[in-house]
Formats: sequence, structure tokens, C-alpha cells
Amino acid sequence: MSTMTYAVRDSTTMVRRNLKHLLRYPSLTVTVIAMPVVFLLLFTYVFGGTMGAGLPGDLGSASGDPRADYLHYLTPAILVMTVVAVAQSTAILIAKDATEGIIDRFRTLPIARSAPLTGHALAAMVQTVLGVVVVLAVALALGYRSDASVAGWAGAVGTLLLMGWAVTWLCLALGLASGSVEAASNAPMPLILLPFLSSAFVPADSMPGPLGWFAEHQPFTPVIETLRACLDGTGPGSDAWWAVAWCVAISAVCFAWAVRAFGRARNG
Amino acid sequence: MTTPDTPGTPAIEVAGLTSSYGDQPVLRGLDLTVPAGTVYALLGPNGAGKTTMVRILSTLLGADGGTARVAGHDVRAEADAVRRSIGVTGQFSAIDELLTGRENLRLMADLAHLPRTEAAARATELLSRFGLEDAADRRAATYSGGMKRRLDLAMTLVARPRLIFLDEPTTGLDPRSRRDLWQVVRELLADGVTVFLTTQYLEEADQLADTVGLLDGGRLVAEGTPAELKALAGGETLDDVFLALTGMEQNR
Ligand SMILES: Nc1ncnc2c1ncn2[C@@H]1O[C@H](COP(=O)(O)OP(=O)(O)OP(=O)(O)O)[C@@H](O)[C@H]1O
Ligand SMILES: [Mg+2]
Repeated sequence: MSTMTYAVRDSTTMVRRNLKHLLRYPSLTVTVIAMPVVFLLLFTYVFGGTMGAGLPGDLGSASGDPRADYLHYLTPAILVMTVVAVAQSTAILIAKDATEGIIDRFRTLPIARSAPLTGHALAAMVQTVLGVVVVLAVALALGYRSDASVAGWAGAVGTLLLMGWAVTWLCLALGLASGSVEAASNAPMPLILLPFLSSAFVPADSMPGPLGWFAEHQPFTPVIETLRACLDGTGPGSDAWWAVAWCVAISAVCFAWAVRAFGRARNG
Repeated sequence: MTTPDTPGTPAIEVAGLTSSYGDQPVLRGLDLTVPAGTVYALLGPNGAGKTTMVRILSTLLGADGGTARVAGHDVRAEADAVRRSIGVTGQFSAIDELLTGRENLRLMADLAHLPRTEAAARATELLSRFGLEDAADRRAATYSGGMKRRLDLAMTLVARPRLIFLDEPTTGLDPRSRRDLWQVVRELLADGVTVFLTTQYLEEADQLADTVGLLDGGRLVAEGTPAELKALAGGETLDDVFLALTGMEQNR
């Protein structure tokens, strides 16, 4: 068998391990998915009426109900938060691995360096799909409706997974570099805040000067706009290219960083 | 994973090895050779650098200077070739506590690319060899310290490595488990496996080792067969040697 075949096989073995962990420790998945659901309810029922009234006319679905308009604007943002929440929990899982000595065992095996990490990343993708399904179901129950075609849905799912892949590798690198489980749970905090400084919850051009500029140009904005366009059945245009470019670049850099950090991670 | 042993190549060859954490030197020019098919016991007080030595030889840690060849391969330049020949049981438990004992062994078998049926058979065989059949399908988190230690060693043996590192393998084991482990080491030796172990227990070195190295102050202060070392310190037991030689080092 070739090196590549072995790498795939080892990664598959590792995914199986990580999925078993998730099944045996279901409270983690439940907590991770509950957070965005609570945000969805909070933003819809507490802030929704006011926020929806403040949306520029062309952004609402013109339903005449500000709360419904805001739910429509908000849902893609909550989907993105779901993906980020899953990735953040992966930082904790890999840091836990690293402190428990099992990583040292993996590092003395003749397997692809990336296999234990790929295992975590793929398990995170499974959790992401689960989270997205749950959040969408709640959004639909609250009255969210999408005009997306099959291609639109495919684009939306593709965007979420691609972004999930990128932030998961970022979180794996952060989790390994942070050196302890406590530090690993704090390290990705900015990731949770970053969507608030994008067009996720309010349009970027409603923010003052430099903040608006930042929101306009940070990676979450093209991702969210692409998602929104896919779900609304409109074309995402150049946002899609920006989203893909950001995600591919972040994945590549963070993959290299994570594998390097994995080579160094020490039993703490 | 088995690799054909080139006859005559020592299992471990170390020359002028140095290592430090920050500006604190741990190993200060270490030379040693372990012939294939023998047991080498590295003895030394707490903090002598035994674990550091094992981590360097098992590719987990880079040395600062000198060379180390394991199974004929340079630990730095040919780390993957080294990893194909070795099995490592570290000082601290390296098992997956959320998995059962059997699943831990299956994980190792899968990573060693054993065919499915062979992997299952190997797991069952090792579970019974280490007296873990009854606990096989319980999560490893529920195991006692001694059981975890045995599972850890069983995981190391799954791929049938030709060279095994055991870092304080019997620390925390009751006398009976300790004797069982000695028996395992003797069986490995009978199969032609090389064993490099570290220990605090002089009796253990006396019982098992072909060669004993005494590490202190970052150097090997004595090396030889257990009998040679006893003669050297004029003592009855290796304990006398240990106290005499490591004491000398402190008064330097
Ligand atoms: N990660 C580390 N950072 C800094 N210093 C370290 C680190 N690991 C070990 N040391 C230091 O290196 C020295 C050797 O440590 P090592 O663990 O190799 O000793 P040892 O012989 O295995 O001891 P023990 O019998 O207690 O296990 C000690 O002084 C220790 O404090
Ligand atoms: Mg030690």
C-alpha cells in the first residue's frame, strides 16, 4: 500500500476513535449544540423585534413582521456560530488528548503525523452536520423559510463545511499550542466574538468607520454573505470567491501549524 | 512492526549525547551500546535523566548534541524507520480511558495495519496474556493502576516490535504484578526482542538485565553486568553500588 493509502486508513481509524468518544461523552455534543440554539431563541425573541425594525428595507423579507425579518437575517449567522462552537470544542478535545499521554504513544508510531488530527477534524465535521440540522430545525419551527433551490442548499452546506474545516484546523492548532485544557478552552474565544464584528447580526455598513471597515473585510463576512445568498436563492457573486479563498488559506496555514504543534506537544 | 534485524547491528548506539531543558543540562555526553537481543537497565535517582533518555531514543524529543542510532537508524534523520522498529511504554499512562481495554488494543492493531481478523485475535491474545479478559469490555477509566499499566504494556506489544522501551514499568505495581512483568520481559527476550528499561528498583535490574548503566549527574557513572557492578563497589547488592556511586557523584 502507498503512503497515501496508509494515511487515509490511519485517519479512518482515528475518526472511529473520536466518534466513539463523542458517543460516550454525549453531554459535550449536547452542550455545544445547545449554545447556538439558545442564541437563536434569544436573538429572535429578545432582540428580534427591535433589530428587525432596524434592518434596511431590502434586507428584510418584507414580511411586514420585524421579528420574522430578523429571524430570516439571523439564521445564517447562527449556523456559522454552530460551526464555530463545534470547532471550539475540538480545541478542548485535542488538548485533553495531549495531556493524557496517548498523544505521545501516537507520536512513537510509524503513522502519518496528521492522522490523529485528521481524526479529530473529521469527527468535528460529523458534529457540525448534526448541529446544523438541529439549528435549522429549530429555525424552521420558529418560522424561518428559505427560497433555496437544491443547488442553493448544496452551496450552503458546502460553505458551512468548508468554513468548519478551516476553523477546526485553527482550533486544533490553538488547542495543541495552548499547552493545557484550561488554556485550550479560552484560546478560541476571539472566534466566538468575531462573527459579532461581521455582517452576521447587523449589516456591516451600519457600524461606525473603522469597525465597519473591519467587518467588511474580515473572513466571516464573505462566508456569511455567501451562506445568505445561497439560502435566499440569489447568486453570492464575489463573496463566494472571498469565502473560498479565506477558508482554503486558513485551512492550509492551520493544518501546517497544527501538525507542527503536534510534533512538539509534550505530555504536560 | 517487524523489520529484519541486520546481524551485528546494535539495537541502540549512543555517542556523546547531550540534552538540556533551557539552560539546565540533563544529559552531558552519554555513550552506550545495547546489543540486539539483550536487556539493558538504566538506573538512576529521580531527575537523573532516564525519561529524557527514553524520549530521545523513541523520537519524542530532539537531542542537543551527539548521535543516537536505534535499530540501525538515526533517531533524528530517520525517525519513521526507528518508529517502525520500536514499542514504547512511557513512565505515565498512555491509554485511551474512554475506550475499553479491547478497543485500545484494537486501535493499536488497526494502526499497525493488521488485517481485521488478525487484529481481533491479537487483542484477545494480549488480553488473556495480561489477565485482562474479565475487564476487556469495560472502559479503561475504571481500571486500577496496575491494570492500566498492564494494558499500556499490552498496547506496546500489539505490533510485535523488535525493540521495546519500558520507562519504570513496575513503579506502582504490587510484588506479584511486578514478577508477572518480569516474566513478560523474559519471554520477550526469549523471542529475541531487545529491551531497554529504566527503573528505581535495583533488584529489578539484577533480575533482568544483561547490562546495567548507572546514570547520575547527566553521565553514566558506571556500567557493566550486575555482578561486575557489585564487585566494583565492593557491596553485596546493587543498592550498595547505587548509594556508593551516586553518593560519590554528589560529593564531587
Ligand atoms: N519538560 C521539562 N521542562 C523542564 N525540565 C524538565 C522537563 N522534563 C524534565 N526536566 C528536568 O530534566 C531532568 C531529568 O528529568 P527526567 O524526567 O529525565 O528524570 P528521570 O530520571 O526520569 O526521573 P524520575 O526517576 O523521577 O522519573 C530533571 O531535573 C527534570 O526537572
Ligand atoms: Mg522518569
